[in-house]
Amino acid sequence: MNQQSNRLPNGGMIDRSRVINFSFDRRFYTGHQGDTLASALMANGVTLTGRSFKYHRPRGIYTAGPEEPNALVTLGHGARTEPNIAATTVELFEGLEAFSQNRWPSLRFDLLAINSLFKPLLSAGFYYKTFMWPRSFWYALYEPMIRRAAGLGALQNEPDPDHYEHSHIHCDILIVGAGPAGLVAASEAAKTGARVLLVDDQQTPGGYLSGEQLEIDHKPTKQWVCHIKDQLRLKEHVQMLSRTTVVGRYDGMTFSAVERVCDHLGDQQAQAADLPRQRLWTIHAKQFICAAGAIERPLVFDNNDCPGVMLAGAARSYLNRYGVLPGRDVIVFTNNDDAYRTARDLSAAGADVSVVDTRKSAAGAAILPADIKIFYEHALTEIAGTIQVTSAHITPLSGEGEKHLKTCDLICVSGGWNPTTHLLSHLGQRPDWSEDIAAFSLAEPGDNAFVAGGAAGSFDLADTLEKAAQAGCHAAKACGLDAGEQTPSPLVPQDFTYGIDAFWKMPDHLCDGSKSFVDLQNDVTVGDLQLAQREGFGHAEHAKRYTTLGMGTDQGKLSNVNALGILSQLRGKTLAETGTTTYRPLYGPVALGTLAGQQKGAAFAPVRHSAIHAWHAAQGAVLTHAGLWLRPYYYPRPGEDFAAAVKREVLAVRSSVGMVDVSTLGKIEMKGPDAGVFLDRLYINSFSKMKIGRARYGAMLREDGMMFDDGTVSRLARNHYFITVTTVNAGPVLAHMEFCHQTIWPELDVQFCTVSENWAAMAVAGPKSRDVLASVIDELDLDNEAFPFMAVGNGTINGAFVRIFRISFSGELAYEVYADARVGQGVWEAIMFAGQSMGITAYGTEAMTVMRTEKGHVAGPELDGRTTAHDLGLGRMMSQKKDFIGRRMAHRDGLVLDTTKQLVGLKPVEAGASFKMGAHLVEDPTLIGPDVSQGHVTTAVYSPSCDHFIGLALLDGGRKRIGEQIFVVSPLHNEQIEAVISEPVFVDPEGERTHV
Amino acid sequence: MLIDCPWCGERPLHEFTYGGDANTTRPLESTNKDPGEDLAAWMDHVYLRANPAGPHKEYWHHVSGCRSWLIVTRDTTTHIIDQVAFAAPRAKEVQE
Amino acid sequence: MRYSARSLLRNALSGQKHWPKVWREPEPKPAYDVIIVGGGGHGLATAHYLARNHGITNVAVLEKGYLGNGNIGRNTTIVRSNYLCPANIAFNDHSLKLWENLSSELNYNVMLSQRGVLNVFHTPAQRDAAIRRGNAMALQGVDAVLLDRKDVKKLVPIIDTSAKARFPIMGGLLQPRGGSVRHDAVAWGYARSADAQGIDVIQNCEVTGFTIENGKVLGVQTSLGAIKAKKVAICVAGRSSLVGAMAGLRLPIESHVLQSYVTEPVKPILDTVVSFGAAHFAVVQSDKGGLVFNGDLDGYNSYAQRGNMQTLTSAAACAASFMPCFGRLRMLRHWGGINDMTMDGSPIITKTPVKGLYFNGGWCYGGFKGTPASGWTYAHLIANDQPHDLAAKFTLSRFETGLTLNESGHGPMPGEH
Repeated sequence: MNQQSNRLPNGGMIDRSRVINFSFDRRFYTGHQGDTLASALMANGVTLTGRSFKYHRPRGIYTAGPEEPNALVTLGHGARTEPNIAATTVELFEGLEAFSQNRWPSLRFDLLAINSLFKPLLSAGFYYKTFMWPRSFWYALYEPMIRRAAGLGALQNEPDPDHYEHSHIHCDILIVGAGPAGLVAASEAAKTGARVLLVDDQQTPGGYLSGEQLEIDHKPTKQWVCHIKDQLRLKEHVQMLSRTTVVGRYDGMTFSAVERVCDHLGDQQAQAADLPRQRLWTIHAKQFICAAGAIERPLVFDNNDCPGVMLAGAARSYLNRYGVLPGRDVIVFTNNDDAYRTARDLSAAGADVSVVDTRKSAAGAAILPADIKIFYEHALTEIAGTIQVTSAHITPLSGEGEKHLKTCDLICVSGGWNPTTHLLSHLGQRPDWSEDIAAFSLAEPGDNAFVAGGAAGSFDLADTLEKAAQAGCHAAKACGLDAGEQTPSPLVPQDFTYGIDAFWKMPDHLCDGSKSFVDLQNDVTVGDLQLAQREGFGHAEHAKRYTTLGMGTDQGKLSNVNALGILSQLRGKTLAETGTTTYRPLYGPVALGTLAGQQKGAAFAPVRHSAIHAWHAAQGAVLTHAGLWLRPYYYPRPGEDFAAAVKREVLAVRSSVGMVDVSTLGKIEMKGPDAGVFLDRLYINSFSKMKIGRARYGAMLREDGMMFDDGTVSRLARNHYFITVTTVNAGPVLAHMEFCHQTIWPELDVQFCTVSENWAAMAVAGPKSRDVLASVIDELDLDNEAFPFMAVGNGTINGAFVRIFRISFSGELAYEVYADARVGQGVWEAIMFAGQSMGITAYGTEAMTVMRTEKGHVAGPELDGRTTAHDLGLGRMMSQKKDFIGRRMAHRDGLVLDTTKQLVGLKPVEAGASFKMGAHLVEDPTLIGPDVSQGHVTTAVYSPSCDHFIGLALLDGGRKRIGEQIFVVSPLHNEQIEAVISEPVFVDPEGERTHV
Repeated sequence: MLIDCPWCGERPLHEFTYGGDANTTRPLESTNKDPGEDLAAWMDHVYLRANPAGPHKEYWHHVSGCRSWLIVTRDTTTHIIDQVAFAAPRAKEVQE
Repeated sequence: MRYSARSLLRNALSGQKHWPKVWREPEPKPAYDVIIVGGGGHGLATAHYLARNHGITNVAVLEKGYLGNGNIGRNTTIVRSNYLCPANIAFNDHSLKLWENLSSELNYNVMLSQRGVLNVFHTPAQRDAAIRRGNAMALQGVDAVLLDRKDVKKLVPIIDTSAKARFPIMGGLLQPRGGSVRHDAVAWGYARSADAQGIDVIQNCEVTGFTIENGKVLGVQTSLGAIKAKKVAICVAGRSSLVGAMAGLRLPIESHVLQSYVTEPVKPILDTVVSFGAAHFAVVQSDKGGLVFNGDLDGYNSYAQRGNMQTLTSAAACAASFMPCFGRLRMLRHWGGINDMTMDGSPIITKTPVKGLYFNGGWCYGGFKGTPASGWTYAHLIANDQPHDLAAKFTLSRFETGLTLNESGHGPMPGEH
């Protein structure tokens, strides 16, 4: 094949001096700078570009824009493979690789084209009626078969190697579309000093003018466009984004747009420039001008999907913008005047053109040379050709009179133009039917919005320029800016007044319907819509769902209005009555990577490390996740596994001394005369009468009476408290406190804030903890008398200020040491150094879990949002003398029964047996049913102190069942053991060790 | 969606968390009362909601901002915000 | 017309021109034994089971728009019974059993696809919660399998199971019988069946009020006039509070938007339905090839059936992080359904203080999968004026006693469930 045999010697906006090599299905071609993949393929005479979704019919390029339903290709290879990309949207770059899809083994010879033979069977709703006999065949055969046939292109299972960005932009006026309307509106608005953002999806402004041969102010449009663009560029308060599609409008004048930063550069250039592949813009605007143009509709007739059938506007665009002659023997088939421009331009470029018009007469005829034959009140039938149209009959609509057979290689169709009102409708506004343009449009675009040009249903350039300037003025005025005099509109030649007669489908006698495609991508035909109506699915929304119309990558941009027109006819209703289906974002497909932006992979969520993290890492600690935190899980020594390390750490604490990093605890500093009262209302127990220099365990409920959180509250001074909350609830508890303070008791004079980040915290625990700490601390007497259990005091370690709390989670003599986070690691190391001789051992969260389980202290698994203080054995802490959050609801009838799930301990009957967290408690392990489970194991650990497994569990009426035996079962692991129900404390039940 | 925080100005949605219906009032002190007597009032406060389609008075927390709790009047059918005020009248005094 | 190989072939040969209407378009009669308010999945299922299980056919289903225009047509089509609360497991597994037989029961292929539902966990705490849940299921005879990291990788190769992930995956809990269903077909199949059994399914008929005298319901007022009924059953999840208010009910429900997202169709790449412990996120590939996602609720009361961008980008971040090859997959469309979120995350199927008036709603995220069992048990309640055992705990009074069915453990903030 001749390279670029369809390329004209001159014309268009391509740079013929720059040749670009690319491949399609591994065949090599050339194009020029400025081409799209579609225009380059067309220049090379490639008409067959893909196969349709359901019937695998041959398909070619149908449009010249993002609305393309047919020419979908897979771009690139390996991890950069992108399926289903409209060739009409791909700017050509050197080395571009494209592949056709949905065919096997090849595009020209596709085995699944056999589906076409079953077409009479595979109508809309086919699946619902069939594949049920016999039932087992559905699972074994039919369903896998349907699934295999699914999808268009294929995605590769490789991580996307590119990166993406999110950006925000604020402006006074957002203008979508840099065609004539958008440009004029922008320059008019910019005159006032308004911050204007002009967004366009093409590489250069101009909109549809790029595909026309027109003059504005006696200059070629290209010059006029450049002039306005240059003027706008000079204005600092104007920003233009090209290759950017506004994909959605959201609440509060927020818009989302996707900028294709380097898709047009090719991988190598893009990587060299280290640019994001795409950028997602969040746009905040005060006013919005929709100048998004209009999209042409096809006409619906038999075999209207044959390659070589193309929208009339698209054909004109290929000719005028890309210098490609899309056909030499052309039939233009239309119901409106715009297509006459296509006839004129193609004819001028040397094509043989005939026009077929469904109407009686056409104003557009005036612009045609006399030698072009126009067939009024005719239509096209019997389109012939398989992978390229070869001929068609020009047939009188009435069915009476002579048919003309015409050879052709291109059929340009136009069924009218649909204003692109998507962005005006994303917030739920429905467009209205407008009879004079036979399309839906939004005359009243709603608050803070304006519409101009094709998007407003104006298909006359002079009118567009006039109204667009007005929109620019009005939008600026709405921003409170002085718009002054409107600039006089530029001069444009008048040719004719656009006229149209809606023509939804061929009369029944001229078509069979089952080959008249309404939705080209999803293979939905007139026959399918007729069937839907016949079966009661005629409501537009039902028909859409029943036939899958408009569900493809093009989201029905070509098909929806035709379908509505056909359904209206079938139902004998007007289009105004039928209305549209809902317009939903996104306007065009957007990669998930673009939507995710920087938030992916390791950066999916922030990582939090304590101030002592570097030490843990240096010690080779194994880390575990706690919310966003990474914490030491255990510190294995050479040769140690998880169990051995944890056992060693626990035994060190129980027999000598250990230290754990508890910096992740939430910490709140609270001051004010009413701080005590406020805490009394937040917690189930009281703090207002607690002595200064003392700490106390506290528990708080949600207002529904369930346990919310626990921790310690310390009184540092008369009006000064220090509060710790659990790691996971640090945020929620603070928000809850603020809620209570600001909305329930604003009269309380209390101030508080989080100091979680400010303090590093470590617990020194074990019988020798006092010895270690005393050897390193200054300015605080740790003697048991002077500093008893639950005492709070200040001191210094190596000169660093520390707060010491004598509290214990492990059940041993213990101190929590709080130091400024900036010196946290230094304090930790100082204590470690001091404890060396006593064998001080760093321990992780698992050893902590083991020890708190041995002591029966509750934690996350017990505070699962479904337990009350009563369930957890903390009922007596609930003050009878005061109101507090959750008090009333905690006393509801069902929550105070002695049958609720209550905290108990578990010991295996056989000493060596083990059980798992998440196991359930049952009386009869052979039973199955909704009432079989009587509770579950919340925590299960091997206790080095007891030398057997122990656990905590929540058991129906558990407290009364202590001493009984029960089965602990984990059917998931096929495990079942017997256990004795015990008090939930296994070590030092009287708590003597903490007091020594 | 932007919320016009009276302290910080217009800020995007992601700085805020939602706090639910602001029409209910927490019943007063529940101590010393027969537990059955006030259940209806508590049910109304904790669980029952008008859940209107239209203007809705609701709490929002400027959690990634000034940490004020706000009372926002927002239409639940259009998401258009009509009014924003501090939940605590005291907070307003501080501002002034 | 019954769908069979013969009727299909006959119609194929005659150009599909002889299929009758799938349902009638009747005018409302002046009075019915039962009026069901709401022609969504649950209302239509209730109608079907009233006729099938209880022989009650003098029934009208009143739908204000078109059939199935609510959440039945807006969800992610997932069916499963991997719940935690025993009552929810029992109910949803009954539902799953009904799903398994639904196509043949309705003579309408709802395209059930049991490819398994996998919940992935990332931390020891999530693993323990998954074990608790899996065991709760197993103890009710429901299928549950615990998978380790390697099993997960084998089952779903596109998941990032590497240690480099921000939340590396430890394993997962699989329910092999879980899967997906063609959602619209469910509404259509139930409607067709109810209609065939003589029930009037009436579209474009909005209920504007209830006729209640002396504490007893006597009928409804509608946009097509007043209609009398011995019993009236509300079944309008998404708008429960609004319809309930017409009968004087104040409910423990908030309406929230849950978005769904669908991508371009691609060749099969994900066989299993997967959700993740690291965030609220689930994904399924449809029989057409599109990937359908769910993320968080938008987080505030709403009756607008559309969502915000922030929730969308969060869901996309999950997709691109957990399944890194999805980075180049393109999203086509996103939409919102209005979820009835209850204060404990579990549904409500109950009598009301008004005699003869029944309420079904509060489905939270569970409405679609619960459709058959909801219809089954609601029909039982309406027919017998007594709750079905499987739904006996789905009362309103559970909030007064405190015996709530708290599936997620969150407090009475429905947006957090």
